[in-house]
Amino acid sequence: MKARRRTTFVAAASLLFSLAACVIVLRNIDRIRPQAPLEDALYVTSPKIVKRASLGYDGLMACIYWTRAVQYFGHRHFERGSSYNELAPLLEIATHLDPHLTVVYQFGASFLAPKPPGGAGEPVRAIQLMEYGIQNNPNDWKLYYDLGFVYYTELKNYAKASEAFARGALVPGAHPSMRILAARMAEHAGDIETARILWTETLESNHDDLIKANAAEHLRGLKVDEDIINLEAAVERFKQRTGRLPLTMFELASAEGIAGIPVDPDGNAYLLTVDGRIELQHPDDFSFATKGLPPGYKSPVKPKFHTKF
Amino acid sequence: MSARIIHIASNTFREAVRDRVLYNLIAFALLLSGASILVGQISIDIERLVVINLGLTAVSLFGIVIAIFIGIGLVSKEIEKRTLYTVLSRPVRRWEFIVGKYFGLAGTLVVNTFFMAIGVFAALLYVSHKFVGSDASVFVALYFIVLEFLIVCSLSLLFSSFSSPLLSAVFTFSLFVIGSFADDLRGFAGMAQGLSHWLAIGTSYIVPNLSAFNVITTVAHGQSVSTQLILQNTLYAIFYSAMALSGAVLIFERRNLK
Repeated sequence: MKARRRTTFVAAASLLFSLAACVIVLRNIDRIRPQAPLEDALYVTSPKIVKRASLGYDGLMACIYWTRAVQYFGHRHFERGSSYNELAPLLEIATHLDPHLTVVYQFGASFLAPKPPGGAGEPVRAIQLMEYGIQNNPNDWKLYYDLGFVYYTELKNYAKASEAFARGALVPGAHPSMRILAARMAEHAGDIETARILWTETLESNHDDLIKANAAEHLRGLKVDEDIINLEAAVERFKQRTGRLPLTMFELASAEGIAGIPVDPDGNAYLLTVDGRIELQHPDDFSFATKGLPPGYKSPVKPKFHTKF
Repeated sequence: MSARIIHIASNTFREAVRDRVLYNLIAFALLLSGASILVGQISIDIERLVVINLGLTAVSLFGIVIAIFIGIGLVSKEIEKRTLYTVLSRPVRRWEFIVGKYFGLAGTLVVNTFFMAIGVFAALLYVSHKFVGSDASVFVALYFIVLEFLIVCSLSLLFSSFSSPLLSAVFTFSLFVIGSFADDLRGFAGMAQGLSHWLAIGTSYIVPNLSAFNVITTVAHGQSVSTQLILQNTLYAIFYSAMALSGAVLIFERRNLK
């Protein structure tokens, strides 16, 4: 028994030691070896072949391919990649396997449409994906919303956006904002209020934290744009009344009857420049603001999200 | 007669549950159901979908593996161990032996499915925090999976009645794969002409039409399955299993066991 106990002890210790050694050596190997590019992983690009190979377990294969697409996009996005060559094939396979997996259309379009490094820069392919989704899920109003969103934000095709929102508004159970958006696209496509409605709807109807944070950040940017437009209009009115530019923000605020100094959504006062422009104190904190930016300012590649969900 | 069948079935069941491979496969299926929770966390918005898809696929695939690997040995092991002669020397008819073995294996698979389904529902409860009405359709998917097992059991018993275990496994698995494409076979028959048309039609009806039993994707989306389909699939499983068992009985009755 003593010999057996000794053998057991030695074998157990050897096992634990070897395991620890394997972990350490493998970490060293990972440091030496470059990571295999994800492009090598997509051996089968034909949706039909994948469907045949799945032996009827299409739903599971669709989930696997969607997960691969999410991981692929996240990985490339983190590395600030400029190309997402495998993204569209992965999404096409996932939707071919399970045409009712609506999350692929909704998120897939938001991965495909924006320009790199935010997305794949393929808005036309995003549109094709959305139309395929609508064909297979005609009663899901959110797909029409996402289609209109892509037309509006990426292609600036307000007529098509209006048409998409109008089609979605006809779906039973569609959100009332679809009708409003269809009308506003047709009349006031470029204005802030339309954009605010779009992003508010995105914030309220999505339950993914990242999407909500992105929508909240866009709304912050819109608030800044609106404030800057109003303040610069006030500067113009002041100049026309007095023949000169206001010397300080306090003078401008007093002339306009505004209580206190106008502040941005973070509570920092807007700055009045000598040439009458209004600027943000911390433009880096407003990733999607298009106004109030100093001349020559370059926004950070990765947007900062200030709202946590 | 029925008492002899029940005795053989219960012995087959007892023997099957002693097989350690069974427990490993069940454990692996339960592991996969648990892992589905993690898969959902590295994706977006498909937690519930992955749990149902992966869980039910694991139940289905592992059940098919159990049905094949236990079924192929049901007759051949008895011949190899020479226990078959002892059984048949009693007043047990050959067809009673075959039918008893079938019910024993079917019972084993139903019990396995029950335990694997517990894993699926546990994972579903963890992810969704509560059961909703549409989760009831998961029971329909499980029922269809059991019907699939009954068909595969009958096929493995059919091949086991005259062939070696290895060939029985190959034949049964091949029919399972072809059965998944039965819809495509009929589609091909529709496009073909002449002899090809009739051959394709004949083949598509002889191979088991397993695609009709796969409603995993449907229930994963919370959609219900029609009562008509439930009834028709039940009848199909009964008739197809009866056909395969009849074939097994016909072959086994005439088999020279010396």
